[in-house]
Amino acid sequence: MHNLWLKRSLILSLAAILTAVGCGTSSTQSAGSVKVMAQWTGAEQASFMAVMKPFTDSTGITISYEASRDQDALLTTRVAAGNPPDLAAAPSPTLLNNFAKTGKVIALNDIVNMTDLAAQYSKSWIDLGEPLNDGKLYQVYSWVSLKGLIWYDPKNFQAKSYNVPKSWDDLINLQNTIKSGGTTPWCIALESGAASGWPGTDWVKEIVLSQSGPTVYDAWWKGKQKWTSPEIKLAWQTWGTILGSGDSNVYGGAKNMAATNFADGGTPMFQSPPKCYMHNQASFITSFFQSANASLQPVTDFNFFPMPDITSQYAGAHVVAGDAWSMFHDTPQARKMIQYLQTADAQAIWVKRGGKISPNSKVSLDSYPDPLSKSTAQILVATKIGKYDAGDLMPADMKNAYWAAALQFAADQSKLDSILASLDTIQAKAYTS
Amino acid sequence: MDFNVLLTDLPTLVVVIIGVPVVLAAYIVGGEYLVRQLPDKARPSVRPWIWVAPALLLVTGFLVAPAIGTIAQSFQDKHGTFIGMQNFAAQLAGFPTGGAWIAIRNNLFWLIFYTLFVLAFGLLLAVLFDRVPYESAVKSLIFMPMAISSVALVVIWKFMYAYQPPGQPQTGTLNFILNTVFHQDPRTWIQDETPLLGLFPLNDLALIGAAVWGIVGFSLVILSAALKGIPGDLLEAARVDGAGEITIFRRVIFPLMMPTVVVVGTTLVIFALKAFDVVYAMTNGNYHTDVLANRMYQLLYNSGDFGGASSVAVILLLTVIPVLIFNLRQFRAVEARR
Amino acid sequence: MTTIAVASPASSTTARFSPRWLADRLSGAVLHIVVIGLTVAWMVPTIGLLITSFRTPQDIANAGWWTALSPPFKFTLDNYSQMFAASNLGQSLFNSFMISIPATVIPVTLAAFAAYAFAWMKFPGRDWIFLALVGLLAVPLQLTFIPVTTEFVKLGLTPDKLTALGLPPFIPLWLAHAGYGLPFSIYLLSNFFRALPSDLFESAEIDGAGTLTVFFRIVLPLSVPALASLVIFQFLWVWNDLLVALIYVGGVATVAPVTVTLVNLVGSYGQSYQLLTAAAFFSMIVPLVVFLSLQRYFVRGILAGSVKG
Repeated sequence: MHNLWLKRSLILSLAAILTAVGCGTSSTQSAGSVKVMAQWTGAEQASFMAVMKPFTDSTGITISYEASRDQDALLTTRVAAGNPPDLAAAPSPTLLNNFAKTGKVIALNDIVNMTDLAAQYSKSWIDLGEPLNDGKLYQVYSWVSLKGLIWYDPKNFQAKSYNVPKSWDDLINLQNTIKSGGTTPWCIALESGAASGWPGTDWVKEIVLSQSGPTVYDAWWKGKQKWTSPEIKLAWQTWGTILGSGDSNVYGGAKNMAATNFADGGTPMFQSPPKCYMHNQASFITSFFQSANASLQPVTDFNFFPMPDITSQYAGAHVVAGDAWSMFHDTPQARKMIQYLQTADAQAIWVKRGGKISPNSKVSLDSYPDPLSKSTAQILVATKIGKYDAGDLMPADMKNAYWAAALQFAADQSKLDSILASLDTIQAKAYTS
Repeated sequence: MDFNVLLTDLPTLVVVIIGVPVVLAAYIVGGEYLVRQLPDKARPSVRPWIWVAPALLLVTGFLVAPAIGTIAQSFQDKHGTFIGMQNFAAQLAGFPTGGAWIAIRNNLFWLIFYTLFVLAFGLLLAVLFDRVPYESAVKSLIFMPMAISSVALVVIWKFMYAYQPPGQPQTGTLNFILNTVFHQDPRTWIQDETPLLGLFPLNDLALIGAAVWGIVGFSLVILSAALKGIPGDLLEAARVDGAGEITIFRRVIFPLMMPTVVVVGTTLVIFALKAFDVVYAMTNGNYHTDVLANRMYQLLYNSGDFGGASSVAVILLLTVIPVLIFNLRQFRAVEARR
Repeated sequence: MTTIAVASPASSTTARFSPRWLADRLSGAVLHIVVIGLTVAWMVPTIGLLITSFRTPQDIANAGWWTALSPPFKFTLDNYSQMFAASNLGQSLFNSFMISIPATVIPVTLAAFAAYAFAWMKFPGRDWIFLALVGLLAVPLQLTFIPVTTEFVKLGLTPDKLTALGLPPFIPLWLAHAGYGLPFSIYLLSNFFRALPSDLFESAEIDGAGTLTVFFRIVLPLSVPALASLVIFQFLWVWNDLLVALIYVGGVATVAPVTVTLVNLVGSYGQSYQLLTAAAFFSMIVPLVVFLSLQRYFVRGILAGSVKG
């Protein structure tokens, strides 16, 4: 009796499994799809999908999009396991460079139209896409941003008759004038969770480029220029003059700098009376100005000037950053998509939605939706020496140590020598792989 | 919301609702059926393996095999060449501030404060809540942080620890209390390394505090379940005998709960050793708050140093051995009693 | 703290208004004050988050949450309406259930099988295997991602291939959560099973009950509190998991669980992070319902009653 029950339930359960398995419907065949991984989430994800809509409409190729801010872990795992997406966009080339080195990504020379690329992009973007210097293009850039924008409230400047500085000396004079007026000139915020410190490193790399020029800058991120070398040390010291002795030029001093999230960094500028007059950050920061102060309007309530040139020889030098694409699977669909992403038409879609600048010279300046992004794009076009974010080009170990060093320096400037010495130790190891 | 998903994903739904439970039941019923076909003598030696096999199989695939790979990798360099103890030497160099030492120190702090506090507080709450008629209400409220994801937990604690310069209105709960109740200057809880009692850095304790808040519900629920397992008449009998409540707790409740306390304690010790989420999201190990799991994560996914990451993981695994020995003793003691 | 432990519930044996009676009442009051005080203190961060979730980003940035409790009461439902506007919320809610239910049922069931063997069967190497299981609790999951994913890809256990076969894309995730959850589950359950009185098993054997009958009719019913707490924990760990899901099934809209969809509401620089406050409460509802519905199994006497009967 008991055995019979057992047998019956066995048969029943087997049947149920088979039914469950058999229920599956076969997927319908279409023009195919592209698996894409990037870091754009929230409103950025919506913008990216808007960019891809005309592509899907015209080709029938669907986009299977996956976004995560844990991209380093996710992409590393997928690639190591042999299951990468077809295309991935990363906000820093570090990871993609590693995949180029280990042969995990596909050279794009035969896939994108190199002639168009050379005609529409400045050489520095194409060079960046060839990290191995072997003539093979591993990355292409679709959207970029300009660093070293110093934000201010024009009404506050007007009230005190401050003028927008045209030179580095002007900037230092302005800073001293503001300070003697009893207010801290700067707002600086370094907290950024797992990436804490990066806003400080922006200062240092912008100073290195403008002060010592592109040769030193390149040698530095390539690990061939020591951190303790006079040029790099001078850059940190120059940042030190911005911070002031004991961080006295910064609102809230060292503690507040360390504890404040970069997103909230500029907010005290808009208090009444203002707690500071200037804030150095890339263009994305305006969305945070407006979320903390819904009434603020661009141009009238906040505007920017590019960080003034330090050494006249290197005038017009700017640090830029951007989103690099790499291809992991060479499929016809992925080819079409990466070709599409290089077109001015595709890039203009996001540009019009705000928040991004296109590196493609064919994208008209009229595409920019507001005066601020338009003037950012103008500066980018006029940039004589454009260099990619040094931190993002360094090996990850070096980059992390650089971020941590900015925190340490901001906390105690007197430790500069020991901070730089330990960065040298890491530099000696980080590049050997 | 789009309820069409229920139709398009019907196969998944069928597998989940019917397939999975049926497979599980079929396995054990079928396994037992096969055991019955064996001669009487063979059954006791085969049966246990039928019962443990699926669990052991999954654990082997997901944990044992990667762990063995990790141990092997801890003796290799980036190219897979055997390099002896070099990875360990690199991690354990520069005592007391170099290599992994800060992380080891902090894990020790986590071990002490996180484990003891969560265990003691969970036990206290379990005993106290047992005596009030609105037990399930307060228990649910204490449990709530458990139901919050670690992403949200970090958001909450950033609000708790937020800092504004002295003289400004504080936006962080703790600094507001510090300011209005204790008339002290605000602190940067996450960055401030001032040692309390001359030994324990404030920011370490702040991170541990956030993690403790999120896990007390765990020890409360399990300990409370164990407390409910103690027969009420046993307690009544002790009370009738005139024993005080402290005596009853020490002599009756605590000994009976001991095995559960060991389970919860062991789990918490291991959680403390594996502490990651809060540290990664709030400081990433800056300001000397690093812990082993975060260091391992950075070595693995930022540096691509698989050997280094593996050696940190092996150090972590080795630290568990004393806990295991303690468990073995406890385990044997229970066995001997019955 | 000692005063609390002394506190005893109403003792009917003492005469009214006697000093003993008064002391009992007082300590009873202390008990209630301590219980409610501790609970309220523990809730402060949650209350702060709840209030914050009804505030505008501007208010959040400029003043602490407690300032919202005094006039003018400026509350808004914006954070919630923006969260519900997330295009993929319905699908991802469904996905989360399809992930969490099997990823709870499988490890709890398999752990119950194994724990029964560890607690009440004899086999060579039992204690050592058990100890190894406890030790495996300490394996950092991050280290297992690459080797396990590699094997999954080799075996074809990827969401794409499974979907093409008409199978649920979540199978790798179920197995992974089971593998990761089993050591703790077995550890907790076998501790509980081991504490069951041995005469239960002896009398059952005398009655001629088979192993299955003992397991299903005696062991499981008596272990309901332990099983309930295990189900709660495993369920909410899986429900709140973000990284394991991203690794094994990925973040594509058709398979993404709620955690992925909600965390992706925030921009890559952390724009609109205030939506996470509303998201936290939304994603908390399901685990809380699970907890509340299982809480009735945590009552004294389940064990005592059945042992006698």
